[in-house]
Amino acid sequence: MAFLPYVGRTLKNLFSKPATESFPAGERIYPDRYRGHIENDIDKCILCGSCQRNCPSSAIKVNKADFSWEIHPFSCVQCSKCVEVCPVKCLSMVNSFTEPGAEKTSIVNRFSQERIEKEKEKQRLMAEKIAAAKKAAAEKAAAAKAPAQTPAGT
Amino acid sequence: MAVNNNAKKISVVPFGPQHPVLPEPIHLDLVLKDEKVVYALPSIGFVHRGLEKLVEKRDYEQFVLIAERTCGICSFGHGMGYVEAIEKIMNLDIPPRAKFLRTMWAELARMHNHLMWLGLQADAFGFESLFMECWRLREKVLDMLELTTGGRVIFSVNKVGGLRKDVTPEMLEQILKTLDGLEKECRVVTDTFLGDPDVLSRMKGVGVLTPGRAEELGCCGPFLRASGVKRDCRQLGYEAYGELKFEPIVSYDGDCYARCLVRIEELYQSMDLVRQCIAKMPGGDIAVKVTGNPNGEYMVRIEQPRGEALYYVKANGTRYLTRYRNRTPTYANIPGLIETIKGAELADVAMMILTIDPCISCTER
Ligand code: SF4
Ligand code: SF4
Repeated sequence: MAFLPYVGRTLKNLFSKPATESFPAGERIYPDRYRGHIENDIDKCILCGSCQRNCPSSAIKVNKADFSWEIHPFSCVQCSKCVEVCPVKCLSMVNSFTEPGAEKTSIVNRFSQERIEKEKEKQRLMAEKIAAAKKAAAEKAAAAKAPAQTPAGT
Repeated sequence: MAVNNNAKKISVVPFGPQHPVLPEPIHLDLVLKDEKVVYALPSIGFVHRGLEKLVEKRDYEQFVLIAERTCGICSFGHGMGYVEAIEKIMNLDIPPRAKFLRTMWAELARMHNHLMWLGLQADAFGFESLFMECWRLREKVLDMLELTTGGRVIFSVNKVGGLRKDVTPEMLEQILKTLDGLEKECRVVTDTFLGDPDVLSRMKGVGVLTPGRAEELGCCGPFLRASGVKRDCRQLGYEAYGELKFEPIVSYDGDCYARCLVRIEELYQSMDLVRQCIAKMPGGDIAVKVTGNPNGEYMVRIEQPRGEALYYVKANGTRYLTRYRNRTPTYANIPGLIETIKGAELADVAMMILTIDPCISCTER
């Protein structure tokens, strides 16, 4: 008679609503911690490359020359490692599924034109500063060499 | 040309790697005499991914995430075994809260594995609605895991030195509430496994393995305990197991029914262990700071839902390890399986393979 409770259970299943959610007709409620997909707030990103170095599946590419940050969503394994290591906390794990696609393409986030101009200007100034510093150092070295040679020559 | 079938009574039937009841790619050459198996020759290697070799290419912290992706079911245990080995090499003292949480998650993982196994077993002997019922219950365990870790089967909560996520008191309360409901619902299902005449006729006295042979062949986990050998790695007291009260579950018949019984009892034991963990859950930090790189070697044994798993790590003082070795329970159970298949009816073979709870993707890594 051990099967009787199970028969009851089966009959109950017959008349109760399905155990599964009716998706996509019904809304899927994700728990807060759900690891869905990675999004980058590119305005805050400093292209440091830390996420790229730490990603175990090499899904992220940071291209400093092009001012772009790129993720291959189909390689990403949703481990959250990049979110943890990002120094400016611009990456976030969003709790909804990865968008499907007909092709396995990467998502590229690029700095805004305005920010690219600013960055280029910054880089130019930095390059000038470095060049100036180098020149000064070279002059200093030459000056240091010259008196050192003079006593040796006399 | 007429073939004289009487003169040649032996036939070889290939079984797998694609088979309706097997979710995993294992291949067996079954040598049959009429309908009886006289010999079975296993071959594996269909899903080898080279994960052990990958340890040379990813640093030891990244590898935690790769180690746990060895398997889709015992994922938490793989991650835990690996970090434990690294932590032992680096002499890290893990906070007690992290230990208890790890234990709790390991037991929840055991519950979802055992419920999944019960479903697959029901499917193997053709009891479709029981299969659905088991998997419906398993979904509740997965919901608890999703709530606390953010993943259904891959938790990604371990790191070297502790945990990456803490749980809130509300979550623990939610787990306790779900467990109470789940236990009641599980009873109906498990009573069917243990008492339904149809189920009994398929499992009682089928595939008997004696304790002596089970030990000689190096079996482990519920497969070994169903043959009457009382061996459970959790008794070594790793993580928080030393502070919890439990006894290994054994059964003495050694047949398919005994293996089912052991797993069912372990399901309830796991519920009890989760409750004990939550009752004793200490406060405080969940991770310690890790500095430097590991240097040395260590071997860890832990009890996965499917049996004893072994993790060997050899480090050389850099961020990249020299060697990582993982011996999974299925690997140890295959010789025992071959022994039980000998003399069985062809129709029972699929079910017997399932009773070791095979996980071929971990076996081949
Ligand atoms: S770690 Fe953060 S700041 Fe650095 S490149 Fe990645 S997203 Fe940008
Ligand atoms: S979540 Fe993990 S796999 Fe995905 S991009 Fe971040 S680090 Fe890489």
